[in-house]
Amino acid sequence: MSNFDIKVPTMAEMMAKGESPEILFWVGCAGSYDERAQRVTQAFAKILTHVGIKYAVLGTEESCTGDPAKRAGNEFLFQMQAMVAIETLNSYQVKKIVTACPHCFNTIKNEYPQLGGNYEVIHHTQLIANLIADGKLKTENNETFKGKRITFHDPCYLGRGNNVYEAPRLALEALDADLVEMKRCKQNGLCCGAGGAQMFKEPEKGIKDINIERIDDVKESKAAIVAVGCPFCMTMMSDGVKQLENNANTTVLDIAEITAMANNL
Amino acid sequence: MVAQILFLIAFVIAIALFYKNAKKILRNIKLGKSIYRSDNKRQRWLMMFKVAFGQSKMTVKPIAALLHFFVYAGFIIINIEVLEIVIDGLLGTHRIFLFLGSFYNFLIGSFEFLALLVLVAVFAFLARRLVLKLKRFSGVEMTAWPKKDATNILVIEVILMFAFLTMNSSDLKLQQLGHYPLAGWFPVSQYLHFMLPTSAQALIFLERFCWWLHILGIFAFLNYLPFSKHLHIILAFPTTWYAKLQPMAELDNMASVNNEVKAMLNPSFIPPATADTTKFGAKDVHDLHQIQLLNAYTCTECGRCTEVCPANITGKLLSPRKIMMDTRDRLEEVGKNIDSKGVDFNDGKSLLGDYISPEEIWACTTCNACVQACPINIDPLSIIIDLRRYAVMEQSQAANSLNNMFANIENNGAPWKYSPADRLNWANNLPN
Repeated sequence: MSNFDIKVPTMAEMMAKGESPEILFWVGCAGSYDERAQRVTQAFAKILTHVGIKYAVLGTEESCTGDPAKRAGNEFLFQMQAMVAIETLNSYQVKKIVTACPHCFNTIKNEYPQLGGNYEVIHHTQLIANLIADGKLKTENNETFKGKRITFHDPCYLGRGNNVYEAPRLALEALDADLVEMKRCKQNGLCCGAGGAQMFKEPEKGIKDINIERIDDVKESKAAIVAVGCPFCMTMMSDGVKQLENNANTTVLDIAEITAMANNL
Repeated sequence: MVAQILFLIAFVIAIALFYKNAKKILRNIKLGKSIYRSDNKRQRWLMMFKVAFGQSKMTVKPIAALLHFFVYAGFIIINIEVLEIVIDGLLGTHRIFLFLGSFYNFLIGSFEFLALLVLVAVFAFLARRLVLKLKRFSGVEMTAWPKKDATNILVIEVILMFAFLTMNSSDLKLQQLGHYPLAGWFPVSQYLHFMLPTSAQALIFLERFCWWLHILGIFAFLNYLPFSKHLHIILAFPTTWYAKLQPMAELDNMASVNNEVKAMLNPSFIPPATADTTKFGAKDVHDLHQIQLLNAYTCTECGRCTEVCPANITGKLLSPRKIMMDTRDRLEEVGKNIDSKGVDFNDGKSLLGDYISPEEIWACTTCNACVQACPINIDPLSIIIDLRRYAVMEQSQAANSLNNMFANIENNGAPWKYSPADRLNWANNLPN
C-alpha cells in the first residue's frame, strides 16, 4: 500500500466553505491515536474517498464519547463528555454519522438521543456492506484473499449489543475467500476482553486472559485472517495471535482494511 | 364429611400461607426504586408470550429445552387435574369432570402421558446434577442450600407424579373390580397394576392415600416456592414482561447526574425540585430498582449466564449467577430484619462489600453474554453497572489505572494521554 495521501476534510473547513457533508466520520480515540487503529481509519477514509461520498471529520474538535467512563461507573464524566459532544455535533447540524468503533457507535446511537443528540448512526461495516450491495465498491483485486480462510470476530457492542451480525459478513462475502465461523460466534460470540473499560486496566486475577481464551477459537477455526470491526478487538486479538505457535500465519485485519485491499486502495 | 372439612382446612391454610409469603416478597421487591417500564405494552406482551410462555430462548440447548418443556407442559396441563381434585375435595365428589365423557378420557390419558414425560425429564435432570455433575451446576455460589433446593424440587416432582399415577392405577383396578364408576383412560398407569395390592380395601386405601399425597404435596410445593429458586415458574412472566426493550448495549442515562451536569455546564440551570437526591449508584438492595429485585427472585440458578461469562471462563471471581443470588439473599436478609427489628433497623451490612466484592464487579467486560444467555431475560449486567457507579461516584474506589483514564478524558478528551491537537495526525501522510 502506498502512503496515505488523501486530504481529509474537517467539518470546520466545510462550514467555512458553506458546504455540509453527507456523513460525518466519527473517528474515535483509538482510531485517532492508536497506531494500529490509525491504519484502519486511513483505510476507511480511502474507501470514503474512493466511492466519492462527501464526508468530513471533526478533527481536533472531536473528543471521547464518554463510553469507557460510563462503563466504569463514572456517569458524571460520561454525561459531561456527551453534552459537549452533542453541542458540537448539533452546532454543525450533523444528521448522519459513521464510525469504525462499535463503542462510539453504541453510545452515540443509543445513549445520546436522551441527552439531546439525535443522529442516524451506522457502523463502518454497515456502510461498506451497503456500498458493496449498491455496486459502488467492487472487488477489484481478487488475488489477495482468494481461497484465504477468514473468520469474523463479533464485537460485543456491535453484535449482541446492537444486533448487527450480517453487515460485516456481507462485506467479507464479497471476497473470493473461504469464510469460516468460530464455534462461539454471533449471539454466542466471546468477548475479546476489552469492553467495559477493561481496555484501560489490568485484568483481575484469573487463570488466563480473555483474549487468550478467544485465540483458542481462532486456532480451532484454522483461519489465516481474523477479521475485526472494533479497535479494541484489534488490540486484543493482535496480542492474542502473538501467542499462537505459527503466529506469522495469522493476521488480524479490520473489515475496512480488507475492503480497501480488495479494491486496490 | 370429615374428609371434606380436613380438605377445606388444608386448602385454606395452603392459600393463606402462600398469600402471606407472596406479599412479603412483593413488599421486598418494592423496597427497590421504582422505574417506569410500562411503555410499549404490545411489544412487552409479545416478549412475555415468546420468551416466558413460548420458551424461545431455551432452544439454545435443544435437549434441555425438550426435557424442560415436558415438565413445563406437565405443570400447566396437570393443573386441570388439580382443579378437579380441589373441587372433588371440597364437594366430596369423585372425579367430578366425568360428565365430559370421552373428552374426559382424553384429558386423563394426556395427563398420564405428561406425567410419564415429566418423570423421564426429572430423572434426566437428577442425573445431570447428581451423576453427570454438569459443570454449569457448580461454582462458588452453588453452596449446600442451592444444591439441596434443586434436588428438593426434583424429588417433590417425582413424588407428585408417582402419587398421581398410583392413584390412577388403583382407581382403574377398582373400576375393574366394580368398586368405582368406570371413568377415564389410563394409558400409563394400567401398567402399574403389578405393584398394587389385590384386596379392594387396600386398593381404596392406596387410592385415597395417593390422592391426599398428591394434593397435599401440591399445597406444600406451592408454599415451598417462596423460599426456592423454583419461584421462576411464576415470576418468569413478569420478569420477561418488564425486561429492557432497548438494545442490550444501551445503558440508562442517570437522571440524577443529568441535573448536576446541566447545572455545571449552565450556571443558570435550576434543577427540578423533584430531582432524585439519593446517592449515585447502588450500594445495597434498596438502591437497585424494583425490576432488578424482581429479577433476583426470578433467577432459577441454571448457570447459563456464568457458563458464557468471559471473566468466569478465564477464572475470575465474577459469576453473573452469583450477582443474582447475592441480591436475593441480601434482599431476604433485609426483609427479615424489617420483620423482626423494624423498618429503621440498620444491620450495617450492604450488598456491595458484604455479598459482592469489588473484585467481582471490576472483572466484568459488559459484553452482555449473560443477558443473552438468560432464558428469561434477567439482566445481571445492570446490577454490576449500578454497583460500579456507587464504587466510583460515591466511594472514589476505582483502580488507579481507571482513575488515570478518567483524568485523561477530562483533560485531553481521550482515555489515553495524547494531546487533543494530535487528533488528526492520522490524516497527515503517515507511512503505512
